Amino acid sequence: MGILEGKRILVTGVLTEASFAFHVARLAQQEGATVVLTGFGRMSLVERIAKRLPSPAPVVELDVTNTEQLDSLAARVGEHVDGLDGVVHSVGFAPQTALGGSFLETPFEDVATAVHASTYSLKSLTMAALPLMPDGGSVVGMDFDAQVAWPGYDWMGVAKAGLEATSRYLAKYLGPQNVRVNLISAGPVKTMAARSIPGFSDFEGVWNDRAPLGWDLSDPEPGARGVVALLSDWFPKTTGEVIHVDGGVHAVGA
Amino acid sequence: MASTEEIREGLAEIVNEITGVPAEDVQLDKSFTDDLDIDSLSMVEVVVAAEEKFGVKIPDEEVKNLATVGDAVTFIEKAGS
Ligand SMILES: NC(=O)c1ccc[n+]([C@@H]2O[C@H](COP(=O)([O-])OP(=O)(O)OC[C@H]3O[C@@H](n4cnc5c(N)ncnc54)[C@H](O)[C@@H]3O)[C@@H](O)[C@H]2O)c1
Repeated sequence: MGILEGKRILVTGVLTEASFAFHVARLAQQEGATVVLTGFGRMSLVERIAKRLPSPAPVVELDVTNTEQLDSLAARVGEHVDGLDGVVHSVGFAPQTALGGSFLETPFEDVATAVHASTYSLKSLTMAALPLMPDGGSVVGMDFDAQVAWPGYDWMGVAKAGLEATSRYLAKYLGPQNVRVNLISAGPVKTMAARSIPGFSDFEGVWNDRAPLGWDLSDPEPGARGVVALLSDWFPKTTGEVIHVDGGVHAVGA
Repeated sequence: MASTEEIREGLAEIVNEITGVPAEDVQLDKSFTDDLDIDSLSMVEVVVAAEEKFGVKIPDEEVKNLATVGDAVTFIEKAGS
């Protein structure tokens, strides 16, 4: 029996087969879960990728910054499952002006766009899905270590610091409803999101040189396994936590 | 195995469906980005659709070598044989 047997999980953020979310969905199905995906923008691409899962998953459309789509999310997801036990937030976006070293020049509107899509969306998505979790559930988001300043990560780093704080506040406010909210802080993986970060290759050296456990930039599976673990019943009293799946880089100075 | 022309036609159909570029523009000497103006996400989708249509696997690290329609057709021919 898998650790997600009988669980119903909503997974955002599938775009390509490299997406963290694709691997979360795949492993969740392998562990016994029923998965519903949300897709953004390129719906036809997401639908093609959804067919490559062990069992093809339904895809509902969701722009996490679109209030109407958020308002109707529970009803649309409810057409596929009778409730939810888990929600995965694997969404991030920042305009090019907010990345790549022009930190000091980025206009606030572009910062706001990044924070809306990457930070506030954890709250929006969780609240949109909450009606489907009357008995509680597990919400898991994807983080990149926000405790230090990275080359070029810029306002996305600020958005991730905000994501860490948002998940703690959600943990505080939703704990009484038995909803756990946690993040996986993953090491770098070559996904579409990563490709949009100028200077992403600078991270590669850091992980190659420093990860005590080693790190494979082309393998999203370790991070996805962390998400599945947090979705399971094996972290019953853990909330507001950031778990690093980064080969140990966060723990060492050099 | 499909002929070069059959693969080009199949690829042209895919490109047309995904990007709206007229199928007759998708000729062997055309560059996906410079001539056909296909962005990176559309390219990802073209690759995924082509894998399905031709029953081949086009690895990520290969995609950046596929600059022209001809490059892609040649890759698919080789991968399928
Ligand atoms: N790749 C890395 O190195 C890395 C490391 C740590 C954390 N992360 C985080 O993992 C998460 C997933 O990214 P990924 O690396 O799998 O890349 P990805 O490009 O495959 O996924 C990013 C997803 O965000 C979605 N998205 C963007 N704007 C959206 C919106 N307004 N509404 C709904 N969806 C939207 C995209 O459609 C895409 O599916 C992100 O939060 C990212 O910051 C990535």
